[in-house]
Amino acid sequence: MLLVLPIIVPMFMAAVLLLIPWVRVQRWGAHVGALAQLGCGVALFHRVSQEGIQVLHVGGWRAPFGITLVADTLSSILVVAVGVVGTAITAFAFAGVDPRRESGGYHPLLMVLLMGVSGAFLTGDLFNLYVWFEVMLVASFVLMALHRTTAQVRAAFLYVTLNLLSSSFLLTALGILYGQSGTLNMADLSAAWQQNGPPRLHLPLAMLFLTAFGIKAALFPWFFWLPASYHTPPAAISAVFAGLLTKVGVYSMYRVFTLLFREVPSWVFVLIMVISAVTMVVGVTSALAQRDFRRVLSFNLVGHIGYTTMGLGLLTPIAVAGSLLYVVHHIIAITNLYLVGGIFLRLRRGSEFERLGGLYRTYPVLSVVSMIPIFALAGIPPLSGFVAKVVLVKATFAAGAYWLGAVALAVGLLSVLSMARLWDEGFWKPAAPDADKAKPIWPMVVPICALTLLSLGISAAAEPLLQLTSRAADQLLNPEPYVRAVLKEP
Amino acid sequence: MELQLAIVAGVLYAAGLYLMMRRQLVQLIIGLGLITNGTNVLIFTSGGLTRTNPPVIPEEMPETLEPFADPVPQALILTAIVIGFGVLAFSLVLAHRVHKASGSDDVRGAS
Repeated sequence: MLLVLPIIVPMFMAAVLLLIPWVRVQRWGAHVGALAQLGCGVALFHRVSQEGIQVLHVGGWRAPFGITLVADTLSSILVVAVGVVGTAITAFAFAGVDPRRESGGYHPLLMVLLMGVSGAFLTGDLFNLYVWFEVMLVASFVLMALHRTTAQVRAAFLYVTLNLLSSSFLLTALGILYGQSGTLNMADLSAAWQQNGPPRLHLPLAMLFLTAFGIKAALFPWFFWLPASYHTPPAAISAVFAGLLTKVGVYSMYRVFTLLFREVPSWVFVLIMVISAVTMVVGVTSALAQRDFRRVLSFNLVGHIGYTTMGLGLLTPIAVAGSLLYVVHHIIAITNLYLVGGIFLRLRRGSEFERLGGLYRTYPVLSVVSMIPIFALAGIPPLSGFVAKVVLVKATFAAGAYWLGAVALAVGLLSVLSMARLWDEGFWKPAAPDADKAKPIWPMVVPICALTLLSLGISAAAEPLLQLTSRAADQLLNPEPYVRAVLKEP
Repeated sequence: MELQLAIVAGVLYAAGLYLMMRRQLVQLIIGLGLITNGTNVLIFTSGGLTRTNPPVIPEEMPETLEPFADPVPQALILTAIVIGFGVLAFSLVLAHRVHKASGSDDVRGAS
C-alpha cells in the first residue's frame, strides 16, 4: 500500500485542486500535497531500508501479467528527492508564479507532474514506464506552453517535438521487445534472458533504449532541446524540470541497462562512457560562452548529466555509487540554482548578465545562501559536488579508464570557472545603474535556504549517503534479489 | 502478411521522419502522427499475426477457444493510440499558437 501512495497522493491532490477555483487555496493545497508525498516517500524509504525491496502487484494480478510497482533503494531515494523538490517548488510558488499561470492550472499540473515522475521511479513494467513518461511529459508540455510570448511558445514547440520523438523511439523499442520476449515486466525479462540468453535483436534494442532515454536525459548528440527551452519558463517551472525530468531519463537508463542489457558487447558501455565524456565537455564549455544566468545553468545541467551516466559506462560498484550520489547532489543543487534564477527574474526582470550584479551589497544573506549551491555544483571542497566527483574520479582510475577520469577532472575545473563567473556576474560585480530595488518576497527565499541547508547536509553526511548509494549500486549490479522479490509466489 | 506490414511500418517511419525534417509546422505534426501510427503497426506486427479466435471467453464455455490471439499487443496499441491522439491534439493547438504568436508556419520562425 505504501508503494502506491507517492503516486496516489499527488493524483488525488491534482483532482481536488482542479475543483477549487481560489488560487490562494490551491497554493496551500499543492504545498500540503507535496509535503504529504514527501512524507510517503520518507516512509517508503524507511520501509525499504528496513525490510528490503518492496513489491506491489496492482489489482492482485501476479507479476508477469499485471503491473508491478517495485521500490528498491535507488527508487526510494529518488522518490524522496521528488518529494523534496516538490515541497521546495510549491513553497516557492507562493510568490514566484505569475497570476495568469496560476489561474491556468499551474498547481494541479505540477501535482500531475510529480505523480508522473514518482510513477516512473516506482514501476517495474516497461510499458507502464512509457505511460508514466507520457503523464509526466503531457503535464510538462502544458506547463511549458501556458504562456504566450513568442519565445516561450517556440521553445515549448521544440521541447514537445523532441520529447515526442523520444517517446516514439521508446514505444518502438517496447514493440520489438514484446515481439522478441513476450513480456514487458522488467524482472521477468531479466530472469528469462538470464536463463535462455538474450534474444536476437537485443543489440538494436539496447541502442533504441539508449536513444530514447538519452534524449530525455539530454545526453550529447540529443541535448539541444534542453538549453533551447529550459530558460524560457519562470523559475517555479524550470526548476522542477531541471531537477527531476532529466533524472528520470538517467534512472531509466540505469534500470534498463543493469536489468536487461547485461550481455551486450562491451563496446556499448564504452560508447556510454564516450557519450558521457562528450556531454560533459560540450555542456560545460558551451556554458562558458553564455551571457545569461539561466542559460549558463541549462548548459551546466547538460554538462553535469555526464557525471551521472559515467557510472553506467564503467559499471563497477563504486562508480555506480558515485554517480548515484552525484544524482542526489545534483537534484538538490540545480533545483536550488534555478530558484535563485527566479529571484533574479523578480528583482531585475531578467537574468542576462547585463542586468545582474550587486546583489552581494544589497542582499548579503541571500547571496551567501546562493553561494553554497553555486560552489556545490562547481565541486569546491567540502561541498556535496566535491565528494561525488572524488568518488567518481577514483572509480575511473580504479577501473583503468584514465582518459575518463582526466575528462571528469578537466570538466570539473571548467565548471568551477563557469560557476565562479555566475557568482561574479550575479552577486559580486557592481550593479547595473538602473537595477531594481524591489525586495525579494520571503516565500521565495525560504525554499532556497532550505535546499541550501540540505546541500550542506549532503556534504556533512557524505559518508553514510555514499554507503546508501553503494547499497543501491549493489542492488543494481546484482539484480537477482530484485527479480526474486518480483517473481516470488505469495 | 508480416512482410507487407513491416514494409508499411517502415514506410510510415520514413515518411514521418522526412516530414519532421521539413520546415513547416503542419508537416512536422503530420510527421509525428505518421510515426505514431507506424509504431502501432510495428507493435501489432511484432506481437505476431495469427488468424485465430478472439481472446475472449465465449458464453457457456469454461475458457477461451484455443488457439487465441495474444491480447497484450492489442492492449498496448489501444493505450498508445489514446496517448498519441491526445498528444497530437495538443501539438496542433500549440502549432496554432505558434502561428498566432509569430505569424508564420515556418519552423525557422518557431525554433
